[in-house]
Amino acid sequence: MALTREQMAQRVARELKDGYYVNLGIGIPTLVANYVPDGIDVMLQSENGLLGMGAFPTESEVDADMINAGKQTVTARIGASIFDSSQSFAMIRGGHVDLTVLGAFEVDVEGNIASWMIPGKLVKGMGGAMDLVAGADNIIVTMTHASKDGESKLLPRCSLPLTGCGCIRKVLTDLAYLEIEDGAFILRERAPGVSVEEIVAKTAGRLIVPDDVVEMQFPASL
Amino acid sequence: MSGLDKRVGSYEEALDGLTDDMTVLAGGFGLCGIPENLIAEIRRRGVKGLTVVSNNCGVDGFGLGVLLEGRQIRKMIASYVGENALFEQQLLSGELEVELTPQGTLAEKMRAGGAGIPAFFTATGYGTPVAEGKEVREFNGRPYILEPAITGDFAIVKGWKADHFGNVVYRHTAQNFNPVVATAGRITVVEVEEIVEPGELDPSQIHTPGIYVDRIIQGRFEKRIEKLTLRS
Repeated sequence: MALTREQMAQRVARELKDGYYVNLGIGIPTLVANYVPDGIDVMLQSENGLLGMGAFPTESEVDADMINAGKQTVTARIGASIFDSSQSFAMIRGGHVDLTVLGAFEVDVEGNIASWMIPGKLVKGMGGAMDLVAGADNIIVTMTHASKDGESKLLPRCSLPLTGCGCIRKVLTDLAYLEIEDGAFILRERAPGVSVEEIVAKTAGRLIVPDDVVEMQFPASL
Repeated sequence: MSGLDKRVGSYEEALDGLTDDMTVLAGGFGLCGIPENLIAEIRRRGVKGLTVVSNNCGVDGFGLGVLLEGRQIRKMIASYVGENALFEQQLLSGELEVELTPQGTLAEKMRAGGAGIPAFFTATGYGTPVAEGKEVREFNGRPYILEPAITGDFAIVKGWKADHFGNVVYRHTAQNFNPVVATAGRITVVEVEEIVEPGELDPSQIHTPGIYVDRIIQGRFEKRIEKLTLRS
């Protein structure tokens, strides 16, 4: 079975370490905040200028002056700080964020990522994604392994305009967790019940399958 | 206006001197912390051919979106413009030119502009369409692209509180682009929720020092929420 969005978020959350500063993109990455493991404290960075993003507000807590980078109303947690946009991107560009999680349309064996533009369709803009991928050392891309038509999104070379080049080393799809090294995807883990053969069939870029690919484990409730 | 007292009596006076084809920098992120009354005054004045620099372009009927209705924007420099049907329509018809700029680069362009730095190198956008036509230089083995600074004829800013001297504090994430925008205008106009008595603001808590600010006005704000999201 392919992973659900919640399972993908839960798998990414296992990469969190105590004391991390983390930027979570829109979509599946946002869900990671729901699965921070017990005993671990992390600070979530929202690039509109909030370090220490808290839960969504209750009705009485709603404040138009308190939003996240997805423009949703949020709260600030204890220990939070708020600053201007240049300061926010100084911490991103300066490599101070420990982990960045974001979605993508395509990634390739060279670590390139395309996530912001599909020519011919409406072009909305890159927001902070180009700064995030250029500034972070530790990035996890979350995406479906293949399109609805079965086209692989893990490619020899991205076909869409790039968000960043040579910057991606970890990819979690609904089928597998892979690393990118020396011009190839390396299959590290597979989703429960998903065969190596299926992953091979749906990976267009060069794929190395080590002998010790583990099957991901999730609690039954998910 | 006299000396260090930056207060003006009306929105009309606040944007005195704004004419066609000028560049206007606007603070705000989405609809949060936008100078909504100053935008409405630009709409009322009917100036055309503007270059507007702002992270977003409002929504249909609110924020910078109202300037699209008046066909007052010739060029938009922004990082994300996805929330606006009229925007798409004017872009496709060729009425509107757009320069999409990474969010951090956009902030830094205005920070640099306000700080007297004409351009800077950044890794952001290298190898992407953003880098086209830009100088590339390697530092410590990594390629960077040269990005020019941005300044404006006018900067329009939304603050929380200000004093007569133009010292400004912002509230929560309504801060966003406002402090960098405030530094980069030839004429910087700040509208706030409250103008307080001199001495009331703690000098060590000021976000925007008054030296950057030319005009201050107190306004009333709708503060529309774009995506109300509640804890379940």
